[in-house]
Amino acid sequence: MDALFLFEVTLAGLGAGALYSLTGVAFVLIYKATRVVNLAIGEILMLGGYAFLGFAAGLGLSPWLALPLAVAAGGVLGWLVERTMIRPMLGESPISVFMVTIGLGSILAGVVQLGWGADPLRLPEFMPSTPVFIGEAYLAPKVAIGFVAAAVVIGLFLALFRFSRGGVALKATAADQGAAYSVGIDVPRVFSVAWILACATAAGAGVLVGAIGGISPTMGVFGLSVLVVVIIGGLDSIAGALVGGLLIGLVEALAGAFLGGEFKLVVTFALLLVLLMVRPYGLFGTHEIERL
Amino acid sequence: MAAAMPAGVPARPILEVAGVSLAFGGVRALTDVSFEVPEGSITAVIGPNGAGKTSLFNTISGFYRPQAGKISFASESLTGVRAPERAARGLARTFQNIALFRGMTVLDNIKLGRHAHLRTGVLDALFYWGRAQKEELELRAEIEERIIDFLEIQHIRNASVATLSYGLQKRVELARALAMRPRILMLDEPVAGMNREETEDMARFILDVKEEWGVTILMVEHDMGMVMDISDHVVVLNFGQVIASGTPREVQGNEAVIAAYLGAGDVGELSRRIKAEAV
Amino acid sequence: MRIGTLKTSYAADEALFDSSVQRTLLVLLALAAVAFPFVASPYWLFLACLCAINVASATGLNLLTGYTGLVSLGQAAFMSVGAYTVAVLEIRLGTPFLLNLLSGAGLAAMIGILVGIPSLKVKGLYLAIATIAASVILHFLFSHWSLTGEARGLSMPPARLFGISLDQPFSLYWLIMPVTCLMVLGAANLLRTRIGRAFIAIRDRDISAEVLGIPLLRYKLTSFAISSFYAGLAGGLWAYFFRVVTPESFPLVNSIFYLAAIIVGGMGTILGGILGAVFMTLVPELLKFVANWATPIYPDALAALAPVRTIVFGGLIVGFLIFEPRGLAEIWRRVRRFFHLWPFRT
Repeated sequence: MDALFLFEVTLAGLGAGALYSLTGVAFVLIYKATRVVNLAIGEILMLGGYAFLGFAAGLGLSPWLALPLAVAAGGVLGWLVERTMIRPMLGESPISVFMVTIGLGSILAGVVQLGWGADPLRLPEFMPSTPVFIGEAYLAPKVAIGFVAAAVVIGLFLALFRFSRGGVALKATAADQGAAYSVGIDVPRVFSVAWILACATAAGAGVLVGAIGGISPTMGVFGLSVLVVVIIGGLDSIAGALVGGLLIGLVEALAGAFLGGEFKLVVTFALLLVLLMVRPYGLFGTHEIERL
Repeated sequence: MAAAMPAGVPARPILEVAGVSLAFGGVRALTDVSFEVPEGSITAVIGPNGAGKTSLFNTISGFYRPQAGKISFASESLTGVRAPERAARGLARTFQNIALFRGMTVLDNIKLGRHAHLRTGVLDALFYWGRAQKEELELRAEIEERIIDFLEIQHIRNASVATLSYGLQKRVELARALAMRPRILMLDEPVAGMNREETEDMARFILDVKEEWGVTILMVEHDMGMVMDISDHVVVLNFGQVIASGTPREVQGNEAVIAAYLGAGDVGELSRRIKAEAV
Repeated sequence: MRIGTLKTSYAADEALFDSSVQRTLLVLLALAAVAFPFVASPYWLFLACLCAINVASATGLNLLTGYTGLVSLGQAAFMSVGAYTVAVLEIRLGTPFLLNLLSGAGLAAMIGILVGIPSLKVKGLYLAIATIAASVILHFLFSHWSLTGEARGLSMPPARLFGISLDQPFSLYWLIMPVTCLMVLGAANLLRTRIGRAFIAIRDRDISAEVLGIPLLRYKLTSFAISSFYAGLAGGLWAYFFRVVTPESFPLVNSIFYLAAIIVGGMGTILGGILGAVFMTLVPELLKFVANWATPIYPDALAALAPVRTIVFGGLIVGFLIFEPRGLAEIWRRVRRFFHLWPFRT
């Protein structure tokens, strides 16, 4: 086996994995704060890509203006969704809430298709295209940029959780909503902020993913891989999303390179099944103690 | 333990708990707990909050697995016997925080209790022929005549359990436990949160179950009046250990029990120590 | 309580349809179902068959998700097992269709049990993901196995009964409708025995159920087996109906469709499964009708049909969950209540 090829595949896998990690962190953020499993994360990511296209190509704005606008659009969407769909479901069974997010995903996919058609589209080029070499190994520049951007954003998030008041409020809410409420934390606001931040992050990830592979109304499938990532990492663990994302990116890249593209999904899901049997709550997830 | 048995009662135990210890991580819930429940008696387990009473019940039910000790029921060891099988053998119980199934009517909740004694399989059920139908109708008749009439809950049989008052829910739980064909009935705080009248009704039902059905009763209860009135035998738990057992009268006079309930010993000890250190 | 009903035996009180009004309605409905193929156009017969297939599958999922509380996103995959089994048996062996249907359902049930094994350890979302994983693996298997025709899929001959080919909606109706009715009746029967009670107990409080004598794993697996048996049977009917089975016949979105059907119809009621499946099958047709009608005014209407269907599908899920979480069955119950109490209360 060609060591250089293997190394290149590994790099590409880690690059793709970083975007999984980033989206996974967005997912975990919502789950930690609100205990909502957001199956629409893939569609929100897709909407980020389309919003970017709309601002950059549709309105003819500079990509560097379109990018923050797309991220902001994601945030607005998150706020709207939390207010109109998630908050009315407070106290309902987790299954119902997660079905709401499935419905949301379907709505978003339909809206995008209505507005831009069903065909795949390319995003306008805006990233530098100088090839990146690590040693002798070639790495697509967009993948490298995606990796760095994901790393920076995740780093920012980690710092935010650790050092800001908001981060403490989030952690308190995650640990015990009732107790957090009773010590004066504005829990509804934590919910709102978590959704805004997470959807903005997902939208940003969508621009990166779209810049690499183009966008289409079926891009929400990305969410399926993200789901595997967070299940493997543990739903409520940011570290788990990080590790899980890189792992799944790597596994998909290796499966794609050595077995063929159609093996990607089946290998990750088989891995997932094995892991569910061995560690039902993921690598880093918390297992809640059952009571009578 | 046997010495504490009330005189004149035949002492053949139906349930024996011998040296049971249970810990969650580093927290010791039960330490070397031993006692016996004589067949046909009403035995009460009392003790302050957090003494380990519900943990003890959950261990006997098979929900927790003890680290040490042995529990025997009708002279057979329950070690390694899973909860559903224990229920099938005749260990029936109610729960401290009512565990009725909110998606079912009162009647279905009671019918559910008989589950382990029914034989309907999937195919019988799909076609509702022969055995399934016969079994269901027999069950219905028996529940109506023996349980619903006995507990005076005819008026709510088709109600959804979620709409019932607390006292009635407790009564339905008792009905469901009776449908389990119990040999021993474990009641976890049967009268907690009830008013005087409801408490008296429940006490009457418990005595009737013992006398008319011949079912042994093991209960956890905080209402000392009721415990002292109806029990034959009392076991006192504190910090996961048995500190006393005997007839209600014996236990009432026991100094360790009084200390446990009033905390007098601890406070006295503490104040002495504080004084000693201050000097 | 309905006004003016009095029962004199426990058997009467335990009956599935316990009032004369209900029984009359049922007879009328049965007569209508028999008369329907003689008056309806092939298009409406086609829709009726499709509705019936979806009702069968949704009822199975309702037993698992609505009654036992185990979420599955694998119903379409279990249907594909039934469909492929039927197609392979029909093509390779030419065995009688009833045997093929039952074999497909049986195989689906076995795979359902396999998929259900994680349900002892994991719940809720984790279980749903495990069922997605099973779907992905089955899809991969069917699209790479020569026996199942790889990516091209299989085309199969029609079912035959006494030398008659069941290849028109009219003839298929007489196969599909009775099978579906039996399946729904079976589910309703199941729910009035200890098995149905055990399912509900597991859904409401699984741990207490165990202490009351219900072995959890056995009943969870039973629920998976029955639910996927229903899916397999529905998939077999589907295969005889369309006579082409490909890996893309049963995508993940179909599994979501069945989940949506029982949510919209009303989880944990038999009527809900029926109403939901029929409603969700007919809505896209209704939209097509609207699009056809709107084309003269708005020429792009037909082009917008597909995305609008997707949006409406999602909107129905969200809307029902927020505004009518107990679904169409609850609306129906309210309507009935009004008539029961009428004219004493309006």
